[in-house]
Amino acid sequence: MEKSYIVKQISIFSENRPGRLAAIAGALRDAGINIFAFSIAEADGFGVVRALVDRPDDAHRTLTDLGFRVSFTDVIGVKMRDEPGGLSDIASILGDAGINIEYAYAYSGKDGAVLILRVDQVEDAIRQILGRGGELLKASLSR
Amino acid sequence: MAPWNPRMEEMPPEELRRLQFKLVKSLVYRLYSFNDFYRRRMKEQEVHPDDIRTLEDVAKLPFMYKRDLRDGYPDRIFSAEQNELVRYHVSSGTTGKPTVVGYTERDIENWSESLARGFSSCGLARGDVIQVSYGYGLFTGGLGAHYGAERVGATVLPTSVGNTERQVELMQDLHVTAIACTPSYLLHMGEVAEKMGVSIKNDTDLRMGFLGAEPWSEQMRTRMEDWLGIRAYDIYGTSELSGPMFTECTEQQGIHVWGDLALVEIVDPATGEVLQPGEQGELTITMLQKEALPMVRYRIGDLTAVEEGACACGRTHPRIGRIRGRVDDMLIIRGINVFPSQVEHALLEIPEVGRHFQIVVDRKGALDSMLVRVEVSEEAFSDKITDLMVIKRAVEHRLRGSLNVSVDVELVEPGSLPRFEGKSKKVVDRRSL
Repeated sequence: MEKSYIVKQISIFSENRPGRLAAIAGALRDAGINIFAFSIAEADGFGVVRALVDRPDDAHRTLTDLGFRVSFTDVIGVKMRDEPGGLSDIASILGDAGINIEYAYAYSGKDGAVLILRVDQVEDAIRQILGRGGELLKASLSR
Repeated sequence: MAPWNPRMEEMPPEELRRLQFKLVKSLVYRLYSFNDFYRRRMKEQEVHPDDIRTLEDVAKLPFMYKRDLRDGYPDRIFSAEQNELVRYHVSSGTTGKPTVVGYTERDIENWSESLARGFSSCGLARGDVIQVSYGYGLFTGGLGAHYGAERVGATVLPTSVGNTERQVELMQDLHVTAIACTPSYLLHMGEVAEKMGVSIKNDTDLRMGFLGAEPWSEQMRTRMEDWLGIRAYDIYGTSELSGPMFTECTEQQGIHVWGDLALVEIVDPATGEVLQPGEQGELTITMLQKEALPMVRYRIGDLTAVEEGACACGRTHPRIGRIRGRVDDMLIIRGINVFPSQVEHALLEIPEVGRHFQIVVDRKGALDSMLVRVEVSEEAFSDKITDLMVIKRAVEHRLRGSLNVSVDVELVEPGSLPRFEGKSKKVVDRRSL
């Protein structure tokens, strides 16, 4: 049952130079793929673009065919109240449960705010969060 | 495989060196007396034939370069009159003038003998059919392999290059057992054959290939041997030496360079100092019996190392390893010689990155900097920046270890590096010197 909360994120290797995000976003646009959330992590001369999309398999194929280096990563999405203290509540749950975050990014939309997390023990994290009253995004947000 | 010329091929090393010394002595005296170019060169270097008292004294003789042949165009440094020549070959001049090589009857004889020894060391013999798919004409490959193969009694099918479908048909119909061509042409032929529904491995009698005239690798050897069901042998030569001259034997442990025909030295490309066996450097050859166009300490520009000691096949002559690259490609980074081929070899051993690369050399203040761009492989790509940084540092560490120069590595997107454009795009030198 934890599996139904594991969300498939696509991660794309990108050089750190003008136009690369446009190339990725343009390819997804042309394939009619919607992006729910994304972030960019940058390092020395390169970066990784991470995105939650409505059709991850199609996005993977589209970008791979264009020559991008793409991988899937399991992440979870924790729902937050979109008001002061929302992040604090969730962060406390995670901290108390001893869950270490490898990276995180968030979005705030019409259905509330969501914190997207990559953690090392995904299934354990899901159990802990649910057990402490947290609410998770269903993987079915993407098909 | 049994030697073609056992007395020569299995000559004890000491006896071979005595023979080489004798040949060098007579060559130098002959050139000093009768060849204006060499006499002038030797005088410039202040060396006289009498100064050559041991084989090591060859290091006192002046080097000879490609530009000497161009400057002597077409035949100004020949040591034979036109009426003594039986053939000309002309090498294409990619930069400037072409070079002309003349052959006396004895030059053709020695060239054929050299290849006959090489071919038979791989088992080519009477009863074999060899398809010569090197170009025939001004290029030395076709006719060189042709004469060598006829010498051992094989039946030659002189297909030259091109019309590949017809070549595949003939290979089947005439039961061809051996082929001489460039490795890239053999790969092409294998692909054309498959499109025709012919598997070279299963549907032909081909069992050996003599591949050369361009650099290739052990990886390519393994691939061709498995795919085509053949033994693939390296063959080496340049038009200045006569043409394709030397091959590996069935041991595939280096190319046998017949010491009665050629004296091999490996020199430091920057200083010209003679290097020890096993050390990588520039191949330098003295042709000991060549008549029409003598070659003394000719700096070929190919990088390799020499192995002394008898081969497991029993032949005693020195062997050279696979050609690692061209001296012209050498970069000097903070005083250290760096060859793009070293980068290539190091990357082949790092599965996390692809084999394509680009080198960018720059100068920051007074210091040279070297950046190597590589592509992350599909298997190694992680979405964690820390993992990618580990790969980057591992590649830097590895390159530093093999080049002795610190290197920055940049990870780039797949497909973004130049593929086949050759040196011009593999190395970008931004230093303004």
